Amino acid sequence: MADASPIGIFIAGVLTLGIFSFLYKDNPVYKVCEAIFIGVSAAYWAVEYFYSALYKKFWLGVIPPEGSGADPDMWLWGGAILGVLMLCRMIPKINWLSRWPLAFIVGATAGLYMMTFFVSNAMNQIASTMQPLIQDTFLATLGSFTVAIGTVTGLIYFFFSKEHKGIFGGAAKVGIWFLMVTFGASFGYTVMSRMSLLIGRLDFLFSSWATNFGQMF
Amino acid sequence: MKRTIPWIITIVTGFVLVIAEFVPPWGKMREDVLIYFQIISVFAFFLGGGSLLKINLQKVFSKRTDWEYALVTVVGFFVMLALGLFKLGNPEMATAGYAADLNANGSWFKNLFDAVKAPLSASMYSLLAFFIASASYRAFRAKNSDATVLLVSAFIILMGQTFVGVVATGWMPDWVSFFKVENLSLWLLAKANLAGQRAILIGIALGIVSMSLRVILGIERTHLSGGDE
Repeated sequence: MADASPIGIFIAGVLTLGIFSFLYKDNPVYKVCEAIFIGVSAAYWAVEYFYSALYKKFWLGVIPPEGSGADPDMWLWGGAILGVLMLCRMIPKINWLSRWPLAFIVGATAGLYMMTFFVSNAMNQIASTMQPLIQDTFLATLGSFTVAIGTVTGLIYFFFSKEHKGIFGGAAKVGIWFLMVTFGASFGYTVMSRMSLLIGRLDFLFSSWATNFGQMF
Repeated sequence: MKRTIPWIITIVTGFVLVIAEFVPPWGKMREDVLIYFQIISVFAFFLGGGSLLKINLQKVFSKRTDWEYALVTVVGFFVMLALGLFKLGNPEMATAGYAADLNANGSWFKNLFDAVKAPLSASMYSLLAFFIASASYRAFRAKNSDATVLLVSAFIILMGQTFVGVVATGWMPDWVSFFKVENLSLWLLAKANLAGQRAILIGIALGIVSMSLRVILGIERTHLSGGDE
């Protein structure tokens, strides 16, 4: 907002206060701000995708700009045809055609991500866990044991084919504690990020907006 | 036919892309598919935008409860769409035409983003800070051992990131510096939290692999259900 116009800053401040008015209770000002947010956000992402994908990737791919030296990539028509078939969902008589692009997306996602996730999320994570347990210092050794025990017991908790009883149940319980630490850390970070957003908005209201307001009126 | 052809498309696409992983000359196919995803997603966005418009316009024309807000949504949608699609007020339009940068400085699209979309989005999410505070008051009661571990871990992480936490344990001598809240917080993140994250990631990966196999082998067909036969 550093280079925004005074009227832009004024509108931004009014909308921010409109959203914060919900803290008192649900009211028409908040509802108007919410309605603007929905409409503007939907259009914003539609335009962004239109230019980044349909124009830059498809249009400039099949009709390269003169002088670019690139050959037209006719394979891209396949994506466009599937995209148009997706719109058939709006026409009741032929809405079954929209299953074709959906089937392509599901099949392609399965084919693309099966190997990627297996390598990056499973094999690499297992390889990183398989490290020497005894390290140079006590703290490093404690850390190695914590990671190894936490990962194994966490996985035991996710193993539902065997009843969580006896030693297996005890290991699953330890796994839950490690998962709780993870959820606690995620929660702590979420609180911090929301608080920093709030501080950012309050800082905007009390600095940029207040100064701008004083100059405008 | 209405379900068989899509079923075959799913199986063939999945198989070909798995094989492409092991056949280097087919590597470009995987890149092309990612572009296909982007192109199809644009049409999916059109579908979503169309649905949003349909619902809100129906509300406006039938004068249902709160139709005024639906009208605001429609106006907001069309204004942003027009400014972006036609690049109205974009200073680069004169020289670059439709190749002009969508977010060029001074363009009306960017101005509307800065004045409306960005502050509304940030304010909406910052509002969650208040609700998280009241939710944590209810959730953070140490009712059992699991809840206590979650509470202690979140508390240490929060204190480790704030000035108050650092000051509160700053008096500790060096030989117990591990227990200073900032060090404890870092250790929790780097070790205990990492272990939990790994268990979750490995679990997700195994889940994705088994689900992908079901899709590629044609066992999973739920995405083809619904609608007419």
